[in-house]
Amino acid sequence: MITAGIDLGAKFVKVLFLKDDEVLARTQERAGFEPAEAAKRAFAAALSESGLTENDLDAICATGAGRQVSPFTRESITEVGAAARGTTYLHPSVRTVIDVGGEEGRAVKCGDTGKVEDFAVNEQCAAGAGSFTETIARALEVPLEEFGKLSLKSTKTIPMNAQCAVFAESEVVSLMHAKTPKEDISRAVHDAIASRIISMVRRVGISNEVALIGGVAYNPGFVDALERGMETKVVVPEHPEYVGALGAALTARERSK
Amino acid sequence: MKANYGYMDGSGEYYITIDTDPCNDCADHPCVSACPVGMFEIIVDDYDDEVAAIKEENRKKVKYDCAPCKPVTDRPPLPCVKACPADAITHSW
Ligand code: SF4
Ligand code: SF4
Repeated sequence: MITAGIDLGAKFVKVLFLKDDEVLARTQERAGFEPAEAAKRAFAAALSESGLTENDLDAICATGAGRQVSPFTRESITEVGAAARGTTYLHPSVRTVIDVGGEEGRAVKCGDTGKVEDFAVNEQCAAGAGSFTETIARALEVPLEEFGKLSLKSTKTIPMNAQCAVFAESEVVSLMHAKTPKEDISRAVHDAIASRIISMVRRVGISNEVALIGGVAYNPGFVDALERGMETKVVVPEHPEYVGALGAALTARERSK
Repeated sequence: MKANYGYMDGSGEYYITIDTDPCNDCADHPCVSACPVGMFEIIVDDYDDEVAAIKEENRKKVKYDCAPCKPVTDRPPLPCVKACPADAITHSW
């Protein structure tokens, strides 16, 4: 059986085709103002990458904030359900999933079968999401890919007092004027975001096996800050930004059996 | 499943937690009519269960939407909490 998962996230639309345990295609497009159009482009790219036609697909399932506008299917699963399903498929012993996207963070506790037992979402506060690192990286004139690595070079912990991304940005500017090394500023920023996320994770419970998914999982500074803050190792699956789409593709398969 | 709807910001954590396990067997879903703001809705979740949820449009402003039910002094029982026969609703603030 070949199925497709479409994850219509706030910033990117991701498409994944799955045949048994083999991923046939992974594609993504910027969501922009027309997520349905972005989904069509990502879907067409996945067809071309896999050499399939739409008729070869047995079932499709959508997830993500924009799942209701998905042009290909009415079948859908919440972001929380897809995150849990995709992660436990890749790492069966994980029981706590942290999903940090550009604009929101999620914490999910799941059971043996990948069923959600407890979840919390924070879409309100930019200080607990990925786009905050982009803002600060820009202010420090450091490429985003370098910003996370930079924080690993820091040996000094500087607490950030600001509770809000807007005020935190001005706090960072003050640190820059005080000639604080960029690596220490980077660590302070990652620690501040991680502490927000961790208090949300504590609501659902930190289990022995924790995984981080979403695009922010590529940021080693953030992974390090999470691990220090929770005093536990964090698993990062391969292609962490596609785990939601994978969860949707798995759901499509399970529902059509 | 425990569903935490709400958010945290610099001023605190504002979550309404619904333990959705009893919802499937709850005949009249009294939380829906009890809330003066109409924040509750009944949805079919990912596992095909009929459960209570906080509406999307209220999730980012629960602190403000719930404020009339939470006077600073002499706080009466919250209508949603009081209406739920299964004690499935809690508020974090
Ligand atoms: S009243 Fe309580 S048990 Fe019934 S639907 Fe609402 S939250 Fe669920
Ligand atoms: S506290 Fe009042 S406004 Fe808030 S959810 Fe309960 S009944 Fe609705």
